Amino acid sequence: MPDKVLKVAIPVSAVAAFLLLWHAAASFYPLEQFPRPLQVALAIVELVKAGRLAGDIGISLFRLVVAYSAAVCCAVPMGILLGRCPACLRGIDPLVQLLRPISPIAWFPLAVLWFGIGNAPAIFIIFIASFFPVLMGTVGAIKTIPESYYKVSRNFGAKPSLVMVSIIIPAAFPGIMTGLRIALGTAWIHLVAGEMLGADSGLGFLIIDARNFLRTDLIMAGMILVGMLGLILNSLISLAENLINRQWGMTGGAA
Amino acid sequence: MGNDGRSCIMPSSQGHRDTMNNRPVPKISLIDAEKTYRSSSGETQTALEKARIDINEGEFVCLVGPSGCGKSTVINLMAGFEQPTGGSVTIDGKPVVAPDPDHIMLFQDYGLFPWKTALDNVLFGLKCRGVREGEAKKKALAALDSVGLATYANRHPHELSGGMKQRVSLARALAVEPSVLFMDEPFGALDAFTKLHLQDELLELRKKRLLTVVFVTHDLDEAIYLGDRVVLMAPNPGRFVNIMEIEMATPRSRTDERFDRYRKELLTAFDLVHRQSSMISKTLVTERIQQDGSGI
Ligand SMILES: Nc1ncnc2c1ncn2[C@@H]1O[C@H](COP(=O)(O)OP(=O)(O)OP(=O)(O)O)[C@@H](O)[C@H]1O
Ligand SMILES: [Mg+2]
Repeated sequence: MPDKVLKVAIPVSAVAAFLLLWHAAASFYPLEQFPRPLQVALAIVELVKAGRLAGDIGISLFRLVVAYSAAVCCAVPMGILLGRCPACLRGIDPLVQLLRPISPIAWFPLAVLWFGIGNAPAIFIIFIASFFPVLMGTVGAIKTIPESYYKVSRNFGAKPSLVMVSIIIPAAFPGIMTGLRIALGTAWIHLVAGEMLGADSGLGFLIIDARNFLRTDLIMAGMILVGMLGLILNSLISLAENLINRQWGMTGGAA
Repeated sequence: MGNDGRSCIMPSSQGHRDTMNNRPVPKISLIDAEKTYRSSSGETQTALEKARIDINEGEFVCLVGPSGCGKSTVINLMAGFEQPTGGSVTIDGKPVVAPDPDHIMLFQDYGLFPWKTALDNVLFGLKCRGVREGEAKKKALAALDSVGLATYANRHPHELSGGMKQRVSLARALAVEPSVLFMDEPFGALDAFTKLHLQDELLELRKKRLLTVVFVTHDLDEAIYLGDRVVLMAPNPGRFVNIMEIEMATPRSRTDERFDRYRKELLTAFDLVHRQSSMISKTLVTERIQQDGSGI
């Protein structure tokens, strides 16, 4: 049992130490410039009481879900195709490598010009932010499927559709999942950035809005909320990933 | 005990026949089969040079030889995973152009799908053959039972030992009732005891059906224990140097003096092959061995 206690005690004390340090550092500054943890906690309570929080979180998550699922729906099939067709991959790889290093943030001006203010630019940015990690993850997962799986399938005379459904997709699943997890993190980071520039609602807008009123406590409250939601999203997808890896026998199956 | 090593199987009685002179057509036939590869530097490398063998229906043939002598090449040609660059490879009188579910290959790394249970792995083979769900399940369970794994049907490969995994792989193959089994070092990754068990199980399973087996191994004892014939291969270029008939009834005893004679004969031939191959690569070293008059 001491192991379990330590597992909880260490992170809890790390957070406590961080809060103390924050408090100490903030005490050198006026409250309006560098709020202390307590002020930020009160700001969160204020947001909840004003009934604003659920709406902002809701709209942010809505944009995330729409853009992320669209990206996954495009990138996974495309990744499977490219992974299975070396000639296609060679053909399209230069283009992908050219577009990939362009930060999604660089698309902001165009996105706002094209789509105006609202849901669309943020969704567009998240789409771009999550598309490439999912694509690369899928291509990599398909390319590393052991040759022996195909050999066995050919040997038993499996039809192409059965090979796809029964072998290729499940064999690549853990690798695809890793791409999905990385993409979700990237998507969340860029969602908030996107909402700061091209939206009038959501957590990113909350932060920008607070800045316009010089409410540093609300800015930090927004930041903390973004961090906490990111943590929750990551935990959820990690949980799914672990479950799958266990099923696939990639962690030795220790419960 | 009879002295016929194939007492349980009548090699020629059910085989295809050459209509012209009514002689049995061999199950598998290599006629000057060749395989060359072109390396990235452009030179051709001969993985297999003019190999010739007729394998009868129901026969158990072992391929042995040093690493890189082309054992996998031969078995891949027979199984249709590779095409010969010269000569011909035929099964039942027909050229082998692609893998065939009637000829199943087993691999050293088992070739199991890790996300499928043992049962689902076996079912995969049957599904490929278009066997209906209910019947497939019955057959799969029977196959697992025949390799002693009925109670492990719902385990995933990572929950099974190496020997059990190879048994699942064997069950998957047997479930589709092939006439030929190709086995490329199937027990190579297993410990000595598991290996002995599986050898006996394989012989036992073969008794119940007419099954032609081509078995690659680097273990000379294993080859003598299992094979009706043992083909010794040599590298650079890969070729057959010696085909040895093992005229002992099964089950064989490894402590039998005849077993010992075969072992000595094969070892002598193997030493020769080994010395020749190292002569090509390391002329200097070989000269010294010859001066010493000793082996390796
Ligand atoms: N795809 C390939 N391309 C080029 N050369 C190859 C290829 N496959 C095999 N070879 C060559 O053919 C020769 C025989 O290879 P093979 O795999 O048949 O040997 P092996 O007897 O099975 O060896 P081992 O006991 O190590 O498995 C080797 O020299 C190898 O380098
Ligand atoms: Mg080999």
